[in-house]
Amino acid sequence: MVVRVSTAPFDPGAETNAFLAAGRGAGAAVTFTGVVRSSPDDPIIALTLECYPELAINQLASSIDQATSRFGLLAATVIHRYGRLTPGEPIVHVMTLAPHREAAFKGAEFLMDYLKTDAPFWKQETGPDGTHWVEAKAEDDAAKARWE
Amino acid sequence: MKILYFAWLRERLNRGEEEVSPPSDVATVADLIDWLASRDEAFALATQKRSLIKAAVDEKLVAHTAPVAGARVVALFPPMTGG
Repeated sequence: MVVRVSTAPFDPGAETNAFLAAGRGAGAAVTFTGVVRSSPDDPIIALTLECYPELAINQLASSIDQATSRFGLLAATVIHRYGRLTPGEPIVHVMTLAPHREAAFKGAEFLMDYLKTDAPFWKQETGPDGTHWVEAKAEDDAAKARWE
Repeated sequence: MKILYFAWLRERLNRGEEEVSPPSDVATVADLIDWLASRDEAFALATQKRSLIKAAVDEKLVAHTAPVAGARVVALFPPMTGG
């Protein structure tokens, strides 16, 4: 189990390769990468994430423990960046390893759903009209609630 | 006791942390928020909608009913928006 919370950029491809190499022989690996979005209708210049690292590490480690026992994961990693990011940069990378694909998919989805509502990160969006704090979404609470 | 503030709560209060010594009848997170609000108008305004204030005691996420007696660090912050 690995949790990393940092302002440093990471390379999702290199992280995935290292994760796969360490999990030799397991049948299924799922990786999810969240990337800073920007679209013509909703252009974003930068996304600045604030973090409470001590709590983030505790929360992410506890969600990995839950996912591991619930889905029988063989390994799981969560990497989350904070600080100032620009469109196209990876924010979050979740990797799960299991004997079969269902557990690996479910474990990754569970980790992402928990992370959205329970890990102490706060997004601030900078667009052409200024900077504002992103509001928490009810659908993220609903996505987490379906695991309860 | 150290109090940490994050995101828009930190901005609205103009500080990221402070040291406080709450009286002994401040037993829970909810009591602590009430007490902080009673001594600071900016805090009272920013925390008016209590459902928008989340809390952690000694680096564990807790409900407003959680005890704060003996806590080293209490963090108060808006709902989280990571991922």
